[in-house]
Amino acid sequence: MRVTLKEWASLISQLSWKIGGQQGEGVESTDRIFSTALNRLGYYLYGYRHFSSRIKGGHTNNKIRISTKPIRAISDDLDILVAFDQETIDLNAHELRQGGVIVADAKFNPVVPEGVEARLFAVPITAIAEELGTSLMKNMVASGASWALLGLPLEVFNKAVEEEFGRKGPAVVEKNVEAVRRGADFVLEQAGGPLGDFQLEPADGEQKLFMIGNDAMALGALAAGCRIMAAYPITPASEIMEYLIKQLPKFGGTVVQTEDEIAAVTMSIGSNYAGVRSMTASAGPGLSLMMEAIGLAGMTETPLVIVNTQRGGPSTGLPTKQEQSDVNAMIYGTHGEIPKIVIAPSSIEECFYDMVEAFNLAERYQCPVIVLTDLQLSLGKQSCEPLDYERIVIDRGNLVTNVPPSEDNVLFKRYEFVEGGVSPRVLPGEKGGLHHVTGVEHDETGRPSESAINRKKMMDKRLHKLDNLQVTNAIRVDAPHEDADLLIVGMGSTGGTIDQARVQLEQDGIKTNHVTVRQIYPFPTAQFKAYADRAKQIVVLENNATGQLANQIKLNVGVGDKVRNLTKYDGTPFLPSEVYKQSKELV
Amino acid sequence: MATFKEFRNNVKPNWCPGCGDFSVQAAIQRAAANAGLEPEKLAVISGIGCSGRISGYINAYGFHSIHGRALPIAQGVKLANRDLTVIASGGDGDGFAIGMGHTVHAIRRNINMTYIVMDNQIYGLTKGQTSPRSAVGFKTKSTPEGSIESTLSPLEIALAAGATFVAQSFSSDLKQLTSLIEQGINHEGFSLINVFSPCVTFNKINTYDWFKENIVNLETVEGYDASNRVMAMTKLMETNGMITGLIYQNKEKRSYENLITGFRPEPLTNQNLQLSVEDFDKLLKEFK
Ligand SMILES: Cc1ncc(C[n+]2csc(CCOP(=O)(O)OP(=O)(O)O)c2C)c(N)n1
Ligand code: SF4
Ligand SMILES: [Mg+2]
Repeated sequence: MRVTLKEWASLISQLSWKIGGQQGEGVESTDRIFSTALNRLGYYLYGYRHFSSRIKGGHTNNKIRISTKPIRAISDDLDILVAFDQETIDLNAHELRQGGVIVADAKFNPVVPEGVEARLFAVPITAIAEELGTSLMKNMVASGASWALLGLPLEVFNKAVEEEFGRKGPAVVEKNVEAVRRGADFVLEQAGGPLGDFQLEPADGEQKLFMIGNDAMALGALAAGCRIMAAYPITPASEIMEYLIKQLPKFGGTVVQTEDEIAAVTMSIGSNYAGVRSMTASAGPGLSLMMEAIGLAGMTETPLVIVNTQRGGPSTGLPTKQEQSDVNAMIYGTHGEIPKIVIAPSSIEECFYDMVEAFNLAERYQCPVIVLTDLQLSLGKQSCEPLDYERIVIDRGNLVTNVPPSEDNVLFKRYEFVEGGVSPRVLPGEKGGLHHVTGVEHDETGRPSESAINRKKMMDKRLHKLDNLQVTNAIRVDAPHEDADLLIVGMGSTGGTIDQARVQLEQDGIKTNHVTVRQIYPFPTAQFKAYADRAKQIVVLENNATGQLANQIKLNVGVGDKVRNLTKYDGTPFLPSEVYKQSKELV
Repeated sequence: MATFKEFRNNVKPNWCPGCGDFSVQAAIQRAAANAGLEPEKLAVISGIGCSGRISGYINAYGFHSIHGRALPIAQGVKLANRDLTVIASGGDGDGFAIGMGHTVHAIRRNINMTYIVMDNQIYGLTKGQTSPRSAVGFKTKSTPEGSIESTLSPLEIALAAGATFVAQSFSSDLKQLTSLIEQGINHEGFSLINVFSPCVTFNKINTYDWFKENIVNLETVEGYDASNRVMAMTKLMETNGMITGLIYQNKEKRSYENLITGFRPEPLTNQNLQLSVEDFDKLLKEFK
């Protein structure tokens, strides 16, 4: 039995829609046009993509949750399933709530699997599209039918179509509008009008920003003044470079697609050293290759920003699936000991603001900063609150200019022992700033040095730079209870799911607090401890097998007896019902 | 305009007396002066190896990096500040073994910079193992029975990769070496200069005398045309790469920075980082 979560939200304020078919068959584009139109009406949307590591063929589906209120999690169940093939029905119909709807292409004589109670509308999706000239228009017919069942205004959908195809000319727009109308007419006739129980409350009419986490991070980087990106393509990080490839030329910058991730990260180090904010982005396999260079940035105190969009590991693992299993690697990767900051945005808005912050932290503390997301946060398309221009503040740290020229052969003390350890940084080109930089242990001017006294002082200088680390919202807290039965802890994309489960737990009389760890390393022990102490038990929820975040809590906060692991590592994100059930069992 | 002395610093190199790398250091200093550079406008990025230490021995902005990665770092520097003259340098292991991937792609990319390889046909710093440049049969610590892998021909590879400037020189010929480095600096695009730079401690085969006996200076080859890629390739193959001088130069091809859409003549380091409200709003609009 599935736990339905309809108790906490009325049917009419939200519903879930899914489209499925073979990869390359229009699933993505149907989803895009349908959600764009919904966004025009002002609905909050939260998307989930199920896809495989191939381009054509193989089952794929996109799910959108539609709501009049902000939502941050996928739903357990499904209201409408649009199917391009029987496989989609077979694989997904079990998610449908009782009385859910299947809109399927009549072409394959769809059947509802046994045990599923759903209303089936067989619409000649392919036939209509072909009649209008090309099966490519399947997406229009299918989304038109969906739209009509929800009783939403067709003009709004047509506007979205116009926007999508406007530049291809009025004839193309007209054809697509026609496809939408035919899909809508057909299904309405079958259903006898829009479905009464699927009428959404009107939304606020305000079009939201609608983007994936990777878009938000790329935009954040651009706003932060990042002007060079060096990267090697990989799922689920590529959209970051794709966005910047599109935008950077407008701002004088550029993206270099390098030969590998070692080149990407070292090129980025070179640009940062020379004074331009630069980044790279990858996923686990790329980060593994970058480790030596991250150590170089730490040792040479060169600012560096790296995004790691986690996916299923190890090795090639599950390249298109959700996981959060790089926590250890991000903290402990790289030989030797360097200062390093790892932050994990936990919402689409944070994806944006955290990039601005990451670039500031990198220059303020002159060290590598890793921004850690997960596939669901990186690729799930969702509504985003307005982004605030006023919050884009660029702080370049202890960067000095116009250094007076030195006497002959006296080098600038790039690694000067100063209070707080962050030495003045000068950029190549400055007459008075000549100095040497090396990954070898060095003295204050950057010259190699094996002196034991210098070594200890330099290590301390570097490592203690982060003693005064200030990260905005190192943890995010929702703690209504003075004494909680459960403190649920998560990171990355899981926050919305946890909150949804908490509603149910609270209804069962279980008092829950919620802490999202955003500063993964160094661990924000002091901030975290206050909430850990107030909880009877701590449930640490993470998409990995060994409880990597939980281990950090045990190591740093020392509340091991209270910590329970709630892990999932099958490649799919947590569902609210799972979090609810398993948390309850743990109490 | 700085003199070559201004590119000297007071650091005493820790190379063995007689090491070929001394000449490379001197040649870079002279070439920099000849090219009219100032120390603060020169960035020398080096890898790891005996040769990699060179960035610490030149009065300029120096970045001694990690093994095999001098090239991508140097390219990043140049893209960030195109007003700098950027020289990358390192050993044959650095550039043709661990860093070979970067070498080929840096050549293809053709960013305006100069790459100087100190080729001693051996791993010096790790005390004498075989390198991709070692001859077949060459006995080292790691090849006690003699190397059984083919010797790499980096300059043929460079030509195949679309190099726009390929030269080779010898530590004993300071004049030629200096001139080639200067030409490399002045070349628009990526210039590769391979230097036979003997390791007097671990390589008892490829010695100064051995090179003197075996290399041919292209200036003495009648009718040699360095703008002819086929001739360059043929000559390299015929001589097993034992030639010095300017082997190939393509003056037509624009460098990478000059081909990037929207890339400005003004160095990026001097540009304003802040987005305007108008630009920001425009960017946001695309997500609605
Ligand atoms: C990743 C990595 N692997 C191995 C080493 C050890 N190592 C240092 S230099 C070197 C080879 C040096 O040979 P070459 O590049 O030809 O420079 P040379 O010393 O001959 O000038 C090696 C293997 C290292 N520093 N880093
Ligand atoms: S070991 Fe060889 S390469 Fe290294 S410094 Fe000595 S002579 Fe030069
Ligand atoms: Mg060598």
